[in-house]
Amino acid sequence: MTHVLKLENLEVVYNDVVLVLKGLSLAAAEGRITALLGANGAGKSTTLKAISGLLESEDGEVTAGSVLYRGRPVQGLPPERVVRMGVFQVMEGRRIFEDLSVEENLRCGAFVSPRAEYAANLDKVYGYFPRLKERRGQLAGYMSGGEQQMLAIGRAIMAKPKLLLLDEPSLGLAPLLVEEIFEIVQMINQKEGVTVLLVEQNARAALNVAEHGYIMENGRIVMEGPARDLLQNPDIQEFYLGMGHAGAKKSYREVKHYRRRKRWLG
Amino acid sequence: MEYYLQLLINGLVVGGIYSLVALGFVIIYKATQVVNFAQGELVMVGAYVCFSLTVQFNIPFVWAFLLTLGFSVLLGLLVERLALRPLIGESIISVIMVTIGLSSILRSLVQVFWGTQIKVYPQVLPVEPVVIAGLPVAPVYLAAFVLSALLFGIFSLFFKYSRLGIAMRATAFDQQAAQSMGIGIRNIFAMSWCIACVVSAVGGVILGNINGINSQLGYLGLKVFPAVILGGLDSLLGAALGGLIIGVLENLCDGLAKEFLGLSGVREVAAFVVLVVILMIKPYGLFGTEEIERV
Ligand SMILES: Nc1ncnc2c1ncn2[C@@H]1O[C@H](COP(=O)(O)OP(=O)(O)OP(=O)(O)O)[C@@H](O)[C@H]1O
Ligand SMILES: [Mg+2]
Repeated sequence: MTHVLKLENLEVVYNDVVLVLKGLSLAAAEGRITALLGANGAGKSTTLKAISGLLESEDGEVTAGSVLYRGRPVQGLPPERVVRMGVFQVMEGRRIFEDLSVEENLRCGAFVSPRAEYAANLDKVYGYFPRLKERRGQLAGYMSGGEQQMLAIGRAIMAKPKLLLLDEPSLGLAPLLVEEIFEIVQMINQKEGVTVLLVEQNARAALNVAEHGYIMENGRIVMEGPARDLLQNPDIQEFYLGMGHAGAKKSYREVKHYRRRKRWLG
Repeated sequence: MEYYLQLLINGLVVGGIYSLVALGFVIIYKATQVVNFAQGELVMVGAYVCFSLTVQFNIPFVWAFLLTLGFSVLLGLLVERLALRPLIGESIISVIMVTIGLSSILRSLVQVFWGTQIKVYPQVLPVEPVVIAGLPVAPVYLAAFVLSALLFGIFSLFFKYSRLGIAMRATAFDQQAAQSMGIGIRNIFAMSWCIACVVSAVGGVILGNINGINSQLGYLGLKVFPAVILGGLDSLLGAALGGLIIGVLENLCDGLAKEFLGLSGVREVAAFVVLVVILMIKPYGLFGTEEIERV
């Protein structure tokens, strides 16, 4: 199995002082969905930005290690170069251009792809998300959160990426919508053969669609394995899936207490 | 009556020029959030370059005009590259100081090269007025108005339909998100300075043809502030209407004050008075965006 993306001992520093990634390594297999899970502040978004080059505008810097995309180091390249190489990040919080129309947002997604493919890609997006088609002329800022997430993913499809970096696509969505979004992610992965690196808080949903998973804490990977195994792992059930060993829900306080203890040990 | 119509026409023509300069200002502000205090000086530089090319180098006016546009593109690239790019990410106040510095540099350069004397453009269009709706209008006025309107039309289409124009609007809304689409925001910044220099130069050349030019021309930039604030800092349509309104109002007020009060010089303050009144009623300007709030 070939790895499209490999991160090796990656270190990222913000503002020259804050060390956020502390030697992180992971790999994403070609044509598969890989999940990257972790608590708030673990450094998941930072990891994606280190790949896509978006760290630059936040005064973040890769200070050690490497990001290899198809064997080529891409760390430190400006984001527009990375996008042109076929890597597209859907940022956390959707980041819709609110005072542009839905279709204008999609045109922005197509900024790097050949003009000749525009119409076909647009049809494809409208095929996946008929609701976007109904609202194509509307100002994107007035759409619901779910529709905005669809638009954010639609923009990515317009760019025809080979590697898609998805940052918390389920953020703030109702359970039914989460399911819909994940189905589409799976479909994009299967139909278009796009490799996906999926960052999520919603561990269950992510592990259900992913092939392989990584758990990160405090800027490092603390556990990895096939998604199926991770779903069965008692620790993970406890921390990320909200289940006790007996399968019963544990109270937040107990879990938090345990986590604190574990952090001290780690 | 004819006196007032004449004032109105003068106002529209001068307002059209304000609109153009305001357009340049708004484009830079929208794309880069930079408040450009050197906008008036860009007008002046364009006007002097075109003057030099026609009068000192004897190049036919049309070619001189086109060369001036080319020069403005280069000037835009140069200014962005040397003065503003190093400041990406710096505080807004340092950026403003740099544009103020830029304005004095450009003004001194013009004085060094061309002195402070008034310069007169050669007569390009016939003097014989054309008659529109019963009123005699100088062809140069007519040309000025048509040219401003045409440029506005072109840029509206550009921002509405072209890939680059849409990318510029996207960058204005969210730079990082635009970067994540593969939009090179440095190119977008450079592009917006080029456009601003070009429209300003056109404004300068038109003014030169109407009034001649001198080294005070840069203060025209001050008039652009009422125009853009009136229209809303980030609206193209606002810039167009703001410019026209300021142009017409200052001419009418000036005319009225002369006629009834025997006062002169009202022209210079009228714009600012109007500005203050309007801002008290509509703090975002006539067309400025308030934040979109979903409910
Ligand atoms: N631009 C920045 N400047 C300084 N520190 C930052 C910056 N962005 C993130 N950090 C810090 O880096 C750490 C990791 O942030 P990151 O956004 O990568 O976490 P995350 O895993 O995506 O969390 P969440 O699940 O809440 O999105 C946090 O402690 C955060 O405060
Ligand atoms: Mg995050």
